[in-house]
Amino acid sequence: MSLSKIKFDKKIVLSFWIILIALIIAAPTLLPVFRLNLLGRYLSLSIVALGVDLIWGYTGLLSLGQGIFFALGGYCAAMYLQITSSSEFPNNIPEFFALYGVEKLPFFWEPFRSPIFTFFAIWIIPALVAGLIGFLVFRNRIKGVYFSILTQASLLVFFNFFNGQQKLINGTNGLKTDVTQLFGQMVGSASMQRIFFWITAILVITAWFFAKWVVKGRFGNILIGIRDDEPRVRFTGYNPVIFKTIIFSIAGGLAGISGALYTVQSGIVSPQFMTVPFSIEMVIWVAVGGRGTLLGAILGAVFINYAKSLVSEALPASWMFIQGGLFILVVTALPEGVLGWVQGDGPRNLLQRFGLKRKIETYPSLEVNNKEENNE
Amino acid sequence: MNNKDLLNLIDITVSFEGFLALNKLNLNLKKGELRAVIGPNGAGKTTFLDVITGKVKPSIGEVIFKGKSIVGQKEHKIARLGVGRKFQSPRIFENLTVKENLEISVTTPKSPINLINKSIKAEQLDEIERLLKIINLTQKVNSKAGSLSHGQKQWLEIAMLVGQKPDLMLVDEPVAGLTDEETDLTADLLKSLSGENTVVVIDHDMEFIRRLDSNVSVLNQGTVLCEGTMESIQKDQKVIEVYLGRPED
Repeated sequence: MSLSKIKFDKKIVLSFWIILIALIIAAPTLLPVFRLNLLGRYLSLSIVALGVDLIWGYTGLLSLGQGIFFALGGYCAAMYLQITSSSEFPNNIPEFFALYGVEKLPFFWEPFRSPIFTFFAIWIIPALVAGLIGFLVFRNRIKGVYFSILTQASLLVFFNFFNGQQKLINGTNGLKTDVTQLFGQMVGSASMQRIFFWITAILVITAWFFAKWVVKGRFGNILIGIRDDEPRVRFTGYNPVIFKTIIFSIAGGLAGISGALYTVQSGIVSPQFMTVPFSIEMVIWVAVGGRGTLLGAILGAVFINYAKSLVSEALPASWMFIQGGLFILVVTALPEGVLGWVQGDGPRNLLQRFGLKRKIETYPSLEVNNKEENNE
Repeated sequence: MNNKDLLNLIDITVSFEGFLALNKLNLNLKKGELRAVIGPNGAGKTTFLDVITGKVKPSIGEVIFKGKSIVGQKEHKIARLGVGRKFQSPRIFENLTVKENLEISVTTPKSPINLINKSIKAEQLDEIERLLKIINLTQKVNSKAGSLSHGQKQWLEIAMLVGQKPDLMLVDEPVAGLTDEETDLTADLLKSLSGENTVVVIDHDMEFIRRLDSNVSVLNQGTVLCEGTMESIQKDQKVIEVYLGRPED
């Protein structure tokens, strides 16, 4: 029996949550500001990873362009912060505009004066963009590798566009947020960062429950059906285009939230959020953590990024090799990812190998016959 | 064509880069009819199903289902109109349980909002129970469909087809890889489904077709060679030539 099927005692579950919440509340006192900030950033990355797991792990859509939606969320947050903190600058518009001789705020900045608009824009704009791109791609039945290439190409289009727009969004320099003000406080200050950490922790848990709700029941089963045999889903009377568009849009919205949280905790949003390697890394977090497990995506994002910062501090320049090696190891040895391996037969097989556990009785002849039949 | 017909295929021609998979195929199905379709390899049997279910669009010709043309409609729309299909090799969702597979098939309406908001209706659960009893998989209801034996998979797919409540059931080689006993049970099941449903069965297995005791259409080179009962088909000179080859050759 796999671990996932074991019904945990209610008391154990409850105490797990109490400990987790206590750790989240206590984290700012336990960790130095620098480490806390890193943890907050990595937690925010786990939200984009949840989206990747929904579209890739469950629905089989390998998107290499999640950076688009991640960056869009970040830009929405940064635009609001810049514009609310621009009262001392010439023309009452963000400082960088003066560098390029811009005197009037570009029109699309205007709505970002409103905190309420920004609050919704952070997730709705990326979700709409994802929905639009997704619908056009899925309607034309572009699948598999072609879908991945197309998402990567879209990423490059966005990257180049954002890089070139100095007069609109400060181009390649990006928008700084750490020196902006929010509710009379500096965004980069320790007290604000503590609040951002708590918000992030709450949103990670919320996003996790939301993703679990999405994949449970028949809706999630259709997603798995699309991943395993899309034509069959179609012949059963479901329209896969709508299901794929919805889930891609959800993943886009999650990426936007993730990008906004990451931006306020790292102090800047720039087109670097839309580089090709970064979007591929998102896929690696999920692959290592465990596809189709949700929790694996969170753990993968947090632990790989933490490992990245630890390794980079000790041995600069070696991280890329370690990350590449980790990916190859997981793909070859643990195709289900670490959590998938733990939840499956992995631990039992390992114990068996060392003679610590007895093999399950099987009828070898039956197994062989089944295999032959399946190969037909 | 008349009002009692559920399906009319009129002069269907399908061309794959010059190769005619179907060539002016005409076929009419009455409501409640059980029809067997046989033919040598490459006769166009599977393309024939692809045309009806919307997977392949005919170059020429009309598909009239319930009095309306369905040429050019999307697969899922045709499925919702009442055309169900069972594939040659069992195509079930192996990573889902037996029950989840059946849930996917019996659920209506098949919209995302219905699936995410509401739990499955009680009468649909009853339908699943009934189907499980028919295919004798009540014990395996929560097992992964991938762990079933080949015969059980075939039966699960037939149950999924029935659960969809289609007016027209298209069944492609339902007994491939089944034991003799399972073959007989499948034949009885399909016979019991006709009458209420219209069933088209495609197969090579002559014993199985004979057991269906239905009208038979013989396909050859993309067109209907002849139609009739099994006895008349077997005496037909053209069919003998196709299946056994010309003695003069």
